[in-house]
Amino acid sequence: MWSNSSTRPIVDSFERCTDPVALNQWHPLSAVAELRRGVTYQTLLLGEPLGYGIDDAGEPVVWPAKALHLPAGSPLPATPPAGLPTQVSYGYLWTTLGDPQPLFAIPEADEPDRRVLNAATIGIATSAPRAVENFLDMGHFPFVHAGVLGAEPHTEVVDYRVDVVDGEVWATGCRFPQPKAAPGSSASAMTDYTYRVPHPYCTILYKSCPFDESRRDVIGLFLQPMGEEAVRANMLLCVVDPISTDTEIRRFQLGIFSQDKPILENQVPRRLPLSPIAETPIRADKSAIAYRRWLSEMGLTYGVIPAADGAA
Amino acid sequence: MNDEGIAAAPMLDAAFSWFPIASSEDLPFRHTYHTKLLGRELAVWRADDGYVNVWEDRCLHRGVRLSIGLNDGAELKCQYHGWRYASRSAGCTYIPAHPADAPARTICCTTFPVVERYGLVWSGEEPLGDVAQVALFGDEGLTLRPVPIHAPAALVAERLRSYRFRPNPTATGSSGECTVESGDERAVVVTARDGTAEMNVVFFVQPVDARTCVVRGLLVPRPVDDAVVGVLRHHNERMSTLRDEVEEAAAVMPPPPPMQPRVRAPAPVAEPTHTPADTRTAPLRVVVARKWATADGIAGFELESIGERLPAFQPGAHIDVHLPNGLVRQYSLTNGPGDVVRYRIGVKLEPDSRGGSKALHESIREGDVLAISEPRNNFPLRRDRATTILIAGGIGVTPLIAMAQALGHAQLDFRLHYFAQSPAHLAFPEVLDLLGERVVRHLGLGPTETGQRLQEILAERRPSSQVYVCGPGSMLGATRQMAAELGWPDDAVHFEYFKNTTVVDDSSAFDVELARSALHLRVPAGTTILEVLAEHGVIVASSCQQGACGTCLVSVLDGVPDHQDVYLNDAEKQRNDRMLVCVSRAKSPRLVLDV
Repeated sequence: MWSNSSTRPIVDSFERCTDPVALNQWHPLSAVAELRRGVTYQTLLLGEPLGYGIDDAGEPVVWPAKALHLPAGSPLPATPPAGLPTQVSYGYLWTTLGDPQPLFAIPEADEPDRRVLNAATIGIATSAPRAVENFLDMGHFPFVHAGVLGAEPHTEVVDYRVDVVDGEVWATGCRFPQPKAAPGSSASAMTDYTYRVPHPYCTILYKSCPFDESRRDVIGLFLQPMGEEAVRANMLLCVVDPISTDTEIRRFQLGIFSQDKPILENQVPRRLPLSPIAETPIRADKSAIAYRRWLSEMGLTYGVIPAADGAA
Repeated sequence: MNDEGIAAAPMLDAAFSWFPIASSEDLPFRHTYHTKLLGRELAVWRADDGYVNVWEDRCLHRGVRLSIGLNDGAELKCQYHGWRYASRSAGCTYIPAHPADAPARTICCTTFPVVERYGLVWSGEEPLGDVAQVALFGDEGLTLRPVPIHAPAALVAERLRSYRFRPNPTATGSSGECTVESGDERAVVVTARDGTAEMNVVFFVQPVDARTCVVRGLLVPRPVDDAVVGVLRHHNERMSTLRDEVEEAAAVMPPPPPMQPRVRAPAPVAEPTHTPADTRTAPLRVVVARKWATADGIAGFELESIGERLPAFQPGAHIDVHLPNGLVRQYSLTNGPGDVVRYRIGVKLEPDSRGGSKALHESIREGDVLAISEPRNNFPLRRDRATTILIAGGIGVTPLIAMAQALGHAQLDFRLHYFAQSPAHLAFPEVLDLLGERVVRHLGLGPTETGQRLQEILAERRPSSQVYVCGPGSMLGATRQMAAELGWPDDAVHFEYFKNTTVVDDSSAFDVELARSALHLRVPAGTTILEVLAEHGVIVASSCQQGACGTCLVSVLDGVPDHQDVYLNDAEKQRNDRMLVCVSRAKSPRLVLDV
């Protein structure tokens, strides 16, 4: 169900999305470097079965499977019917089912000495907003990523700042003591974080770079909402690291991901409740509180449980 | 089995019935078990005292299943953010992201009633009466392997009526005869006879959800040990056959509508620590279950709830005890984690008692009923430091005993330095013994020697250590001053005064404006802000009224308070944004309070 390259036909078991907010976004489908040219892949986006691929000239192609159903692995059609808009950004193939604004910018990705790579793509049985909220959360580091991104008893989340700037949620001044913040870290360090949510299903963090004090590593989490309660999570790395191999970087991030996945899949309900009293927020959850309000204000309904009218 | 195998009871709505939800052996110590009843997911765990907790399977914070949490024998710890919930009350005792705050009392998981009987654990939404009574049935049965079946409970119960088995499967010969003694959709009793041999099997059906159930069987009487394996194998075969048949039948039936577990009201949003929730109320009634002399001049009391179970508490918490003579006194709970059935306090007979400690020592006896407040915690224990130094003077040991046990249970490093006159003056010696070498006793020291000893203790400062101190005012003052001189930061030195021994200067007169109540009041000399507010019907929660407990903390919007309390530390006082209205007054002619 999670694999985009499976030869099994994808069962059309998801309800199609009718939420204009979710439809009018760019959504990632795959890391381009991981696609074989000229081959058809299948996936689901917002419940809609899609065929896609990269043609021999390196151009992306995406089309709804209802217009042309091809088994995965078939030769990629040159001009499929009802082709959807595409773009390749930050190494991923993006598409849309609606009429989106331009994709958010990550200026650091253009710096020549940055390593830009897809660290991991994994399926998670949860909603995209639950995955975003988990990414924004520092409080779970000592428990879920024990010995790596945090360690008991150092559990305090000190106050930080949250703002909505130019339509994006920003959390700044976040600090957390980390035993091993990145594959290049050798010792425990107080790590500075900035979080940014520019898209309802995409989030980016900027954290202290162990190799260059003056710069910050950039890590992106881009969710492909296959359905309301099923995502493929893509992790973009855009880091200054002259030493680690790609494999080492990937292994580190995959390790982190594999710790988050069982937690996310045991969160009930899977869709993110937007009512402020549905769960029990604390001060440390300031960024999540702002994210939920931001989603409510944009009127998103896909992957969330909207707050009752007026309660948002 | 005579008469009816199961006592006749009118069929109740499923929400009001008891169902078996686990076998007792599913719940070994330090394990957490997941099950489902009537569509609701449950986290089930046994505390080290044997008590079985049945809770809604969601952490209140972010909805992660508690059944993947850690059972430490006293508390269940959520895997996601380490929130801790106490056995029995299910109240939250610690939120690691905010180690300096006591969790709001309202953060409490949904619990369900529980009974353990016949090797099974029983629960229900709001069950009435008692669990099924099985006639002629002691605890001598044999619990069969639970069999999950993908079919509705009613259909399975119906098929169980035609369950047939041999009382003695290892014997050859006739297959005997079976009769259904009784049965409804919750339970079926089948009796098999073969000559003189007779065996009963009682089946209880756990409706997991609309499409699934678990059949939990009991054999009565328990077969002799040699026969157990053969009997279990026999029933395993028969049950497997029954399962295959009933699942086949269910597969061609229209699927039943899903069960919607009744939605419970969400927990209220966490309240800030210092929100005055209620004024001095005593909603709990407790009986003095035990009173004893725990040390020279110190009486120990164990207080047991009448009716409702006692609310959760955290180390450092105290209760207000309302005495028959009208006085209200605060006492710290000495209980460690998991010790949640009785509140335990220590009361020192004060020579100049105004009637509080005297009443408890002389009038109150075992069996008496007292009114107490819910536990409040103005002295929360941070558990995010590598080392904790606890310094107790005399009866000031009581909150620190609770802290020492919590730190020990969490396997965090600590020392409890206990200053007392003599061995006979050490309170709760049995708890001290359990804490072992981590308790350091300093006995019979004069003021100078005490000062030297404190100096030595505080000289061992490491970046990730903290100090908690509780005792007489002079000792606290000395400890705080010494700590400051030795470079301890304010936020690493925590203290609780039993009483504020500084003399309050109440000679000033000034005005207060209450921003929220829109009142403008005059506070004359000799009267406290708290008293003036109360006269005008504005109730601010307060407790010690000595500037020590922090209950009456309010926000200051304008003006300069004249801090006279011992609760706020110097840095907090300098900010002038909060004050204790029971003792503190105004330096400016006017104060604006957020009340």
